[in-house]
Amino acid sequence: MAVLTDFKGEKPTWCPGCGDYGVLNALQRTAVDLGLDPEDMVVVSGIGCSGKLSAYFGSYGLHTIHGRTLPTAQGVKLANRDLTVLAAGGDGDGFGIGMGHFIHAMRRNVDITYLVMDNHIYGLTTGQTSPTSDPGFVTKTAPKGAVEFPVHPLSLALSAGCGFVAQGFSGDIPQLSAILKRAIQHKGFSFVNIFSPCVTFNKQNTYEFYKSNVVKVDDDPEYDSANLGLAMAKIEQTQSIVTGVLYEHNRPTYEDSVPNYSKTGLATAQHVLTEADFERLLTQFQ
Amino acid sequence: MNGELGWKVGGEQGEGIDSTGEIFAWTLHRLGYYAFAYRHFMSRVKGGHTNYKIRVTDRAVGHHGDDLHILVAFDQETVNVNWDEMVDGGIVIADVASGDVQHPETGNVHFCSIPLTGLAKESGSAIMKNMVAVGVTAAIVGLTPEDFLSVIEDRFKKKGQAVVDSNLSAVRIGYDYYNQHFSHHLQLPLRPVAIAPRHLYISGNEATALGALAAGCRVLAAYPITPATEIMYWLVKYLPEYGGVVVQAEDEISAVNMALGANYAGARAMTSTSGPGFSLMMETLGLAGISETPLVIVDVQRGGPSTGLPTKTEQSDLYEALYGSHGESPRIVLTPTTIEECFRFAVEAFNLAETYQCPVILASDLYMGMSKGSIDSLDTSSVQIRRGKLVTQSELEGVSRGEFKRYQVSEDGISPRAIPGQKGGRFIALGNEHDEFGSEMEDQSMRVLQMDKRARKLQSFHELSGASVSGPKDAQITLVGFGSTRGVIDEARTALMQQGLIVAHVQVSVVAPFPADLIRPYIAGAGTVLAVEVNSRGQLADQLRLQLGYHEKIQSCLKYDGDPMLVKDIVKRAKEVIAVGSVN
Ligand SMILES: Cc1ncc(C[n+]2csc(CCOP(=O)(O)OP(=O)(O)O)c2C)c(N)n1
Ligand code: SF4
Ligand SMILES: [Mg+2]
Repeated sequence: MAVLTDFKGEKPTWCPGCGDYGVLNALQRTAVDLGLDPEDMVVVSGIGCSGKLSAYFGSYGLHTIHGRTLPTAQGVKLANRDLTVLAAGGDGDGFGIGMGHFIHAMRRNVDITYLVMDNHIYGLTTGQTSPTSDPGFVTKTAPKGAVEFPVHPLSLALSAGCGFVAQGFSGDIPQLSAILKRAIQHKGFSFVNIFSPCVTFNKQNTYEFYKSNVVKVDDDPEYDSANLGLAMAKIEQTQSIVTGVLYEHNRPTYEDSVPNYSKTGLATAQHVLTEADFERLLTQFQ
Repeated sequence: MNGELGWKVGGEQGEGIDSTGEIFAWTLHRLGYYAFAYRHFMSRVKGGHTNYKIRVTDRAVGHHGDDLHILVAFDQETVNVNWDEMVDGGIVIADVASGDVQHPETGNVHFCSIPLTGLAKESGSAIMKNMVAVGVTAAIVGLTPEDFLSVIEDRFKKKGQAVVDSNLSAVRIGYDYYNQHFSHHLQLPLRPVAIAPRHLYISGNEATALGALAAGCRVLAAYPITPATEIMYWLVKYLPEYGGVVVQAEDEISAVNMALGANYAGARAMTSTSGPGFSLMMETLGLAGISETPLVIVDVQRGGPSTGLPTKTEQSDLYEALYGSHGESPRIVLTPTTIEECFRFAVEAFNLAETYQCPVILASDLYMGMSKGSIDSLDTSSVQIRRGKLVTQSELEGVSRGEFKRYQVSEDGISPRAIPGQKGGRFIALGNEHDEFGSEMEDQSMRVLQMDKRARKLQSFHELSGASVSGPKDAQITLVGFGSTRGVIDEARTALMQQGLIVAHVQVSVVAPFPADLIRPYIAGAGTVLAVEVNSRGQLADQLRLQLGYHEKIQSCLKYDGDPMLVKDIVKRAKEVIAVGSVN
């Protein structure tokens, strides 16, 4: 059985205190708890500070281009459904340049887990407005404050038919790890948005802010994550400053819905046509 | 008649023109003839002129022919658009349903007005006009209605015997009507005596799709686009029979990245597209290059730029295939020159992508992809699957985790490759510059080592010769083309030789890595070089100059009006450049 050190990759270079450390730690714990083998896992990451996750985590990794984690990760999974596949990236990566893929990945429901390390800012490019930046938030590209209405990832995911919608906070690793565990175990596309503070470029969405404002769904004994209406209401009431598994609903995965799709990993099988196959295939041209 | 007959049916789009053409072509093919069909159509669903040209020959050809012997016109526009193609002695069948069809007073053409739609109505339904036209054609060329039976049965038996019978009876009605009212006849070429066991009627797109399946491709991620969609259709039908899947992606960026992800994970996957989609894929070409991930992209070219001429052929994506994407990274560009090569190169594309761990662009075009032709074989027995330096689990024995050098600076520039799931092979594939283990870094000397390693990998390319050559090295004029123009250039060469010229022909089938050594003697020795291409800039001519020099003798024969190259276009231009050359 793999232990924590097996899930360690390169030494992280994030700024001290960056929220992304919490995400990495929680993911490593989760992998150990689930008894996963690092070499049966793939992390597909985007471009951004968050995108370094693949290098720092000990599994196979594919550090792709900006905004394209989801198509790439779906490709990995379709090639080998025996792997545990995660996509990870920032709020800019996922809700800016990659937004189209996000909606369609939720519709398609390939069995992968998507982690967004949402710091409401473009970190790697040193502090520009992101699609989740709060209105009025001052950045280098919005010196008078952001004027566009922010993307609301959770309600968006619910309306796009996502079967697993959760939000975590990198300042609460035990909770985040519990969420990730359920997300990875969920059959189908699972989405975990994570408040992951950028201590260098965002002085507004800070640890302190989340610690004092976040509402946990688990603290609400009446909450039922199978109820879409409750999920919508909770997000509304808390202005999305909420953590926990908001919604879980099983619907058949893409892999199980596509006619005749291989039950085992395509990548590990031989694919050779026999002369009899050719004869059969060529009759349509005769 | 030179062993051939050109036949065309034309009318409004959406009126069954294609199926008329297909029934005629299939029938001839099954009788042992060689049919080559080119579809002229427009980017709209209903209305607008469309036509379906079939050239019937006694041997395999790669061109729809310049000449037209029989034209079936369902409307006035068909006559107007196609009149100039008619040969002397040709026959035009005009449907009188759309009024009194007029024709120009030029040429010596038999013009036969026939109530095709009226006869169809009498036989039960106006939509049978196409079958009546088939019957008329049969009468002209000396076939019998019964010759069409097997094709009609295949197409209509699902709908019941009554439908088969009424279609056949419509053919008989047209056949009888023509014989009662007209006496002009034209001859089909001599019917080939023996039919090859694999006498196939197939398009370039179908051959490409079959090649991908044969190569072990089990994932196609694509977004619909003319003229590449047929690859998707074919694989949607057959991939599931082999456990595979066609994903209709949300856009081409998604499609190409899905294909890359699947290849990274060890499956064989591809995407198929045309110009606009190919443009969206540029960033991923670079990712595949630097992360050394195999990737196969089929680009069935069409008229550009932008949406351009969506239903017309062109060969104008060559620059993009060669140079598209920022930065510098290796790639292989294949331009199949025959339908058989579409199959063979599709198989090979996957082998090359894995051998050289780089993107392979298989660039055909609308003319190659959508035209159907009769061929006599597809070499399925030589299909091989070669996966390059994919490591086995036993080769990874003893490699501790994190020690696998995925990007080892090797002599041939190709490094061992592991796939997820293999123990000891853990690595990160990445678009950032990296060291031998796949760790992102900016060390200058390692950067240069990695760049040079990637640049080096195609030096050992040897799998395909890259061009076919015919004629002497010291020809008066050497015609050079790439991709789909092989057939037309070959016929132009014959025509020029019949006029006493010494002509050679070089057809490039691999543009990168460029087969310079093979081609050089034909350029060096030629009096004049004529680069024949369906684009406006002379993109192949540029490659010839860049790779070989000889700027002063390279001339261009270009066409970019939406129509395919014709034999006479090349002959005319060749004579022009030779005349200029002899004056100088
Ligand atoms: C196509 C493209 N456009 C722009 C960039 C530059 N770029 C790199 S990361 C980034 C934004 C990062 O923000 P986010 O995704 O939120 O990640 P973070 O650094 O905050 O984790 C941008 C704009 C790029 N790499 N590629
Ligand atoms: S810039 Fe922000 S997001 Fe990036 S590493 Fe530093 S703290 Fe983290
Ligand atoms: Mg961010």
